[in-house]
Amino acid sequence: MAEKIKLINDDGLRTDGRKPDELRPIRIEAGVLANADGSAYLEWGANKVLVAVYGPREAQPKYLQDPMKAIVQVNYNMAAFSSEERVRPGPNRRATEISKITAEALENVIITNNFPRASIDVFIEVLEADAGTRCAGLTAAAVAVADAGIPMTDLVAACAVGKADGQLLLDLGKKEDNFGEADMPIGIAPRTGDIVLLQMDGDMTQEEMRKALRMGMDASRKIHELQTDALRRRYAVNFADMDDGEAVQ
Amino acid sequence: MKRNIIPEIKKELIYRLAQRECREDDRPLLAYREMNFAINPISTAEGSARVQLGKTDVLVGVKVQPGEPYPDKPDEGVLMTGCELKPMAHPSFETGAPSDDSVEIARVVDRGIRESNMIDMKKLCIEPGKKIWIVNLDIQVIDYDGNLFDSATIASLLALHQATVPASRFGLGDDFRMPASSWPVTATFVKIKDIIMADPTMTEELSADARLTISIDDGGHVRAMQKGLKGSLTYDEVSRAVDTAQKLTLDIRSRLISGE
Amino acid sequence: MVQSDNVQRTDRVLVVPGDKLGDSSYKPGTGTFRKDSEIFAAQLGILNIRSGFINVIPAGGIYQPRQGDSVIGMVQDIGPSNWMVDINCPYTAFLHANETQWKVDFGTAGQYLGVGDIILAKIGQVDETKRVNLTMKEQGLRKMGSGQITKIAHTKVPRVIGKGGSMIALLKEHTGCRIFVGQNGVIWMDGEFEGMKKAAAAVQLIDHGTQLHGLTDSVREFLSGNGGASAGQSQPVGKMTFDIGIKRE
Repeated sequence: MAEKIKLINDDGLRTDGRKPDELRPIRIEAGVLANADGSAYLEWGANKVLVAVYGPREAQPKYLQDPMKAIVQVNYNMAAFSSEERVRPGPNRRATEISKITAEALENVIITNNFPRASIDVFIEVLEADAGTRCAGLTAAAVAVADAGIPMTDLVAACAVGKADGQLLLDLGKKEDNFGEADMPIGIAPRTGDIVLLQMDGDMTQEEMRKALRMGMDASRKIHELQTDALRRRYAVNFADMDDGEAVQ
Repeated sequence: MKRNIIPEIKKELIYRLAQRECREDDRPLLAYREMNFAINPISTAEGSARVQLGKTDVLVGVKVQPGEPYPDKPDEGVLMTGCELKPMAHPSFETGAPSDDSVEIARVVDRGIRESNMIDMKKLCIEPGKKIWIVNLDIQVIDYDGNLFDSATIASLLALHQATVPASRFGLGDDFRMPASSWPVTATFVKIKDIIMADPTMTEELSADARLTISIDDGGHVRAMQKGLKGSLTYDEVSRAVDTAQKLTLDIRSRLISGE
Repeated sequence: MVQSDNVQRTDRVLVVPGDKLGDSSYKPGTGTFRKDSEIFAAQLGILNIRSGFINVIPAGGIYQPRQGDSVIGMVQDIGPSNWMVDINCPYTAFLHANETQWKVDFGTAGQYLGVGDIILAKIGQVDETKRVNLTMKEQGLRKMGSGQITKIAHTKVPRVIGKGGSMIALLKEHTGCRIFVGQNGVIWMDGEFEGMKKAAAAVQLIDHGTQLHGLTDSVREFLSGNGGASAGQSQPVGKMTFDIGIKRE
């Protein structure tokens, strides 16, 4: 048996030098693609995620159409070269599950009843993966949906909390994810604090679970600031001069 | 999701402009769009490159892993090229199994690399008949505005030239540089009625009757060709296209070698 | 409340979905929603308070068809006595032969309008599931036999028209083109090559304009100068600092 990897050093710091409640660096850009209706690019640690949004557009195939509201469809995909081991192209059970829970989290905040029979299609491409890609994907997707001008009651911000060497750690890195004791991705609607995505695997006491949930919710609020900042940067200049017009023809 | 249709008046405009040796973006008929590229932007890949040709944007990653050789080539490595045209790049692209278009792009890119012997496949043999290196070249289109053949080829060449064979990760000795030596660059043309133009945009491709991709190696030899679409080309048109491809690929190649 | 210093170099307040905009002393207008006597932004856009209503003028988003709007569309499919028309909105619009000036025999619709043809039409009806019927019966509604179309964000249509039609008049005067602006963000123009090129470039300048003041002046300057430059093509691939290796200003 290999020796157990030590994930927290004597100073209480993690293998990448972070404190237990510290996020990795995050950078978000909105409106980065030419053809998509809305888009976002996010770097989170070494994660690189690109999201394209189309819609609302007529849902295809037709049997999917809801005459009362839009449906939300998400396709989460890892690029073949996005991790150390090559990812075989095409759908797999993990990607299908992540797509489903991401769609459900987004549907919670998207105002769908203005768009009967339509679909809002979200394509999440993980170009480089470094643990936490579902939270990175959901966080970027919320920015891309807002960038598409789609009505929403809120954004969604997500972050994972885990446990390693018996200690709760915010935003697990790759080693912590591989060798830690628990992982809990959390997504919230920041305005209300409502939890819209929650998964957990591993082993936590009930007390740890509650504390971890708090940590994740607090961190998601910080991530929400980065999301709104990205959207404001995208449009602040562009809209500065929208003054000399009135209704049409 | 939607069929990719462009207005008839757009097609007419493109042709009328072409008759005046003009294009929508002010380019001469045989000029390429502005090209930008980035080398090794993806650290999980053994080699990677991103190429922007106008608004077309392509990312290519190389993954290398040990595997078994083909029985007919027991002492040679294997190159496998894949291309996916995903909805991210254009609303007319769909998820699911690779489309005919994406298979054609992957095969044309692969052919140029393979036929030029750019990669010394014998150096990718670990143990003859048993173990060789499999080189996976995966093409991911980020934004589509025409000419994926050339942008994917250019990104593939850059990614392969920069790639490392990760031997130490598999306990197979020291890492070494991908044995890549030459730059088989392609040039792609479309024919709209009687006019030939290089590096077509999406609207030019959708207006085109025929398409021709030509791969030229460092010595000026033709290493692969692909004629596409339902229209035809004359002997003279092909002959002139090869001549032009020689000049165009020379410029691109020198930029790729200088890395700027 | 949203602080105006969130927005750089402009007095226009850019809001993000979920931003709190006001309390019960206001009424919720377009692009907003009310929750527990408070009003929040439902869309990315510019805050606008008028006659006691709080509105958000959307920064982007897709055109929503409204009865009576003039639109420019492209024929997408042909039926026995009808056409399906792409009008740059979530829904394919329906044009029946009875709503045209032609007498179309059953099964001959394609002789009048083919796939890829551009038409100027008006929206007749929109039902509750957003089925859209077009009409071409009114004076001036017709197939466009030549010219060029370009698309802008439908929210920028008032900018292209200008106060009392001033901007569109400026465009026509300097380019010698005939120009129609559809409320769906599709613009048709016809004239000499150079004129159309200039007009298209000027329209893109208005759509993506980054100047802070005096849009009309800068468009006039552009049109009077050697404005044949391909401003329509100059939009950077990544609009912000999106990089994955490639740096853009």
